[in-house]
Amino acid sequence: MQEQELFAKMSHTILKGEIEEAGELARKAVEMKIDPIVAVNNGYTKGLDEVGRLFRTGEYFLPDLVAAGEAMKHALDVFDPFLKSRKTEKKLMGTVVLGTVEGDFHDIGKGIVGSMLVAAGFEVIDLGVNVSAQKFLNAVKELKPDILGMSALLTTTMPNQKKVIELLEEAQERQNVKVMVGGAAVTNKWAMEISADAYGEDAMAAVTVSEQFAATSVKNQANLTPTINRIRM
Amino acid sequence: MNLKRNIRSIQPKLKMDVLSPDDIAKIHEAALEIMEDVGVRFPSEKALNILEQAGAQIDRSRMIAKIPSTVVMDAIDKAPAHYTLAGRDMSNDLALDGKHCYLSTDGCGIEVYDLETGIKRSSSKKDIEDSALITDYQDCIAFYWGPMVSAQDVPAEVRPLHELEAAFTHTTKHIQPETIITEPIAKYAIEMGAAIVGGIQELRRHPIFSVMQCSTDPLGQDKGSLEASLVSAEAGVPTGFMPMPMSCATAPATLAGNLVITTVDSLSPLVLIQIAHPGAPVFFAAAPTAMDLRTGGYTGGGPEDHLMAIAFNQICAFYNIPLSMGAYATGAKEPDWQAAVDNSFAGLMPVLSHTALLTGVGLLYGSQILSYQQMIMDCEIYDIIKKLAEGIEVNEETLAVDVIKRVGVGGNFLAEKHTRKHMHNIWQPVVFDRTPYDAWEAGGKKGAYSKATAKAKWILANHKPTPLESALQKELKRIIRAAEKELIR
Repeated sequence: MQEQELFAKMSHTILKGEIEEAGELARKAVEMKIDPIVAVNNGYTKGLDEVGRLFRTGEYFLPDLVAAGEAMKHALDVFDPFLKSRKTEKKLMGTVVLGTVEGDFHDIGKGIVGSMLVAAGFEVIDLGVNVSAQKFLNAVKELKPDILGMSALLTTTMPNQKKVIELLEEAQERQNVKVMVGGAAVTNKWAMEISADAYGEDAMAAVTVSEQFAATSVKNQANLTPTINRIRM
Repeated sequence: MNLKRNIRSIQPKLKMDVLSPDDIAKIHEAALEIMEDVGVRFPSEKALNILEQAGAQIDRSRMIAKIPSTVVMDAIDKAPAHYTLAGRDMSNDLALDGKHCYLSTDGCGIEVYDLETGIKRSSSKKDIEDSALITDYQDCIAFYWGPMVSAQDVPAEVRPLHELEAAFTHTTKHIQPETIITEPIAKYAIEMGAAIVGGIQELRRHPIFSVMQCSTDPLGQDKGSLEASLVSAEAGVPTGFMPMPMSCATAPATLAGNLVITTVDSLSPLVLIQIAHPGAPVFFAAAPTAMDLRTGGYTGGGPEDHLMAIAFNQICAFYNIPLSMGAYATGAKEPDWQAAVDNSFAGLMPVLSHTALLTGVGLLYGSQILSYQQMIMDCEIYDIIKKLAEGIEVNEETLAVDVIKRVGVGGNFLAEKHTRKHMHNIWQPVVFDRTPYDAWEAGGKKGAYSKATAKAKWILANHKPTPLESALQKELKRIIRAAEKELIR
């Protein structure tokens, strides 16, 4: 298979949300000793751009975006060890740690946000559901994400978002990370009350907010090469 | 002044089906297959032990129970088909007898359009008192569900008890909270209910509240909800689980597939309850919908919802257990055209399939924002639906042949005794605007919204529900204090 043909197929797997196939083509690229960054930029990202365009024009729906994000993640997972062994930092738009707060087991909305952030070019680390404040703090310390996203679906678990922010402040980690909150019960007013940096009313808003953070982040701008283009919503 | 009126339930004559008996059988068989082969997550050791004893295959590490179809059917056969949801005032008792449909409020909102300022703000305990008081007055609303909004001005640990107190003290109608979601809170809630009716045995005979839980779709339940429902069922407090599967996200995109998930998630906890407490009163509940394809949000009010509302009631009738269906609950952000369209269909369809409990009126934006005006206007929609569903009575008296003969060609029926006898059956609006154009213009072009605002304010100013005896009010406060002591760390 020619390189160009492979890139076209990679793009196609993203466009059609063919998750397994996206991973297979990445393995093929590794076999062919193609630079992962080149494969991503000339292959998969082309598909992401097209997915973004189709979503904007109303032809694609959220499940198309999520499937594209999953396919992209699959491909990146294959490339990950090669990028690391080459000591190339896989610097994307930024790193986002996500989780649903303690006492709350809602998973789906956070999952959609995660997939869409991946589609938008972020590295996403999902801590899962029922995540304690301490676990959030540990993740911020160890993984040094650009953004911390916390979900809460219930008015009774919302206060745990506040607890995490307070713990970050105590540990003097608050200034190192942008905090984004969301979930059905959460409002913009609540986000302001607990001094979060942003509120994402839905998955799309979470991506928009994260992109704004990325655009203003000095840390990110200093590290833009090698970069991976992102989906534009 | 106590302006209490009798509850106006619907005894529908019209009937609509969307599934054939064969369709129902297929969905039932698919649900049994999923429960047996894939299983359902019951993240409670207590629940898993009960299911294991009954013959379910348990995966302890994943907390999943695979329940054989024979176990499901044996358990579900024990559930009563008919029972009563009691009111603090016995004239407000609701007979779940397969013949009546009862309307409730919607519930668990977090914001309110303030009745005085019109501005959207966070909800508080006072909003529960006010909305319960309006419920008490409105003859269309048979019971208070939810609570309508969250009492965000009291500590989260004991919030459900404050909410229950606010409802108990402001209406004598039946109350069905969806916030009793841990075992300790359930025990305190039962203590409150028992105190009001005069003891735990009396509560069993006269359950003045019931509890609804949320399922964790797809194919899952919540630990606290399961354990709270077991405690409730043991005390004879009616219990149901409400799945809200969203096609494309938490359920397949196809409606039949969504109905399989809805059936499993509503049925499986009832199986648990019947194994633990055979014959305990239980009900199905559901609010299946489709995901918004652009935002991933809960839509609330698309045509799929209305089809699934009828279909799921047919499925529940097959199991012979009453259903509470998510009705009304518009996705609109204001009491507007969209809210009216949504709620007209969403109110009508479950009634046409003879759904026992309809939840409910008054919230906007997918059950997030309380609007007192919407409460009043939804009651008007219900009133129209009641008239429609009760159909046309045909007999000698209603055919009125004698009257027609007497009036004859070219006459009129205005002064006929027969007219005055039956004219009160002609539907009369409360908030619909039917004023002549010039009068409407001269009056400042006020429509339904203005009338609903005035009506809500009038009720709050004038209606005084039968109070709870002061000794009982004190007892409820004592129970809440005890709960605070135990649960607030």
